[in-house]
Amino acid sequence: MAETVSGDSENFVDLRDLSFCYGSRVIFDHFSLQVPRGKVTVIMGPSGCGKSTLLGFIGGRQRPQSGKVIVNGRQVNGLAKRDLYELRKSMGMMFQNSALLTDLDVFDNVAFPLRTHTDLPATLIRKLVLMKLQQVGLRGARHLLPAELSGGMTRRVALARAVVLDPLMVMYDEPFTGLDPVSMGVIVKLIRELNDSLCMTSVVVTHDVPEGLSIADRVYLLGAGNVVASGDPDYMRTFDHPVVRQFIDGLPDGPVAYHYPAEDYRQELLGRAQP
Amino acid sequence: MLASLGARLLSFLHRMGCAFVFFLNSLRALLSVFGHFSLLIKQLYAVGVLTLLIILVSGLFVGMVLGFQGYNTLVDFGAESSLGLMVALSLTRELGPVLAALLFAGRAGSALTAEIGLMKATEQLAAMEMMAVDPFEQVIAPRLLAGIIAMPLLAALFTVMGVYGGYLVGVLQLGVDSGVFLSSMQHGVDFYDDIVTGVIKSGVFGVTITWIAVYEGYDAVPTSEGVAKATTRTVVSASLAILGLDYLLTAMMFGGA
Repeated sequence: MAETVSGDSENFVDLRDLSFCYGSRVIFDHFSLQVPRGKVTVIMGPSGCGKSTLLGFIGGRQRPQSGKVIVNGRQVNGLAKRDLYELRKSMGMMFQNSALLTDLDVFDNVAFPLRTHTDLPATLIRKLVLMKLQQVGLRGARHLLPAELSGGMTRRVALARAVVLDPLMVMYDEPFTGLDPVSMGVIVKLIRELNDSLCMTSVVVTHDVPEGLSIADRVYLLGAGNVVASGDPDYMRTFDHPVVRQFIDGLPDGPVAYHYPAEDYRQELLGRAQP
Repeated sequence: MLASLGARLLSFLHRMGCAFVFFLNSLRALLSVFGHFSLLIKQLYAVGVLTLLIILVSGLFVGMVLGFQGYNTLVDFGAESSLGLMVALSLTRELGPVLAALLFAGRAGSALTAEIGLMKATEQLAAMEMMAVDPFEQVIAPRLLAGIIAMPLLAALFTVMGVYGGYLVGVLQLGVDSGVFLSSMQHGVDFYDDIVTGVIKSGVFGVTITWIAVYEGYDAVPTSEGVAKATTRTVVSASLAILGLDYLLTAMMFGGA
């Protein structure tokens, strides 16, 4: 029997007091974060700060060493596999590299969750898939294979697949990385529009500051195993905190060091010869 | 030195344990294949039909070589009339299952590992999990079952082509009487002792190769180097396992005879 946690109905996701290490490296140290229901929450932070790991916790693919991960009132990190899979039917996820099934064409990729989880007749599945593809502007590309698509198009197909079951929440892992400005603009617009038109909750993990801030209702900035700052985009744009300023303004050096820890540069070049 | 050896042994045992748990999970998922029959058909085509060419051609040439070598040895003793029996027994008992299995590991096993490894590296397996689709049911089980079904059939075809190759060389080229060639086979090959034991061997090889192939793919480090290493490991481990198991099975089946 899955555990149901009395939770805050305003928050779709509630991460409470999480701790997580990779070996001796601490990623999260008593970390807490809430994702408000029906809003777009953007989680930003430097590479390696654990943003994608957070999505792994929410989706139940990874487990924290301590703390609670509560999604829609259910504690994910205590669920049996069957209950977890049931919960995942109410979640969609768009992966950083889209993760389309390469042996299926665009239509079949988007139809895949419908065919697996519903007994809908083929004619209805066809209509639903075409509607989702129309939303992302790729109805005409339905016969193409993933290898025939551009980077922007694969993201849009992945987005259509993520929302085809009309989930309550969609997670986006680095949705803007590696896209040209036009494709990026399309994805930014689609995330916001789909969230509002389908009344979903969206969690966007990114380090693209302008795009992230432009669609966010709430922004979290992570660093050093915890939340450095959070608030709405306007608050974050003006918040005078060294880490926030370095990240929002894209400064190469500051509290988040440019250099990986190493011994003294002068000593290494001029001093004793060591490999 | 001793610590390093111990660490390697522990790592090997850990890997064997993981592979066994993986196999149990795959067996549990096998039942689901009957609900996704089209996936099984697709994989039978990929691991079976696409391996057919190399199996048939290799079988033919192995049989032809056996025909030459066997004739040259037997003719010294005036026993060339037993050529058909020698070719058939060599193929049904040993060469058919073993060589077909080695070719299957090289052709289908490596392809399975590379495919599953790349699916892991491109997050397709993770995407399935997030779509509430169990990769064991969708990816692993159909491939495992297809390999188990295809391997004995391929070994049988290898043997048939080998016998035909021996016939071509022995009868058409070297002049052994056709009736003698075929009747020596008919009288000398026992259905249970020779054919069934060959089928059992190829069945065991099918399970082993496919198990190793899908496990190595699923366990691959999700990088291009990791997938390449996993593919190599599949061919090496499967080949060694085939030869080791062949010895054990032969000892069990024929050791006391």
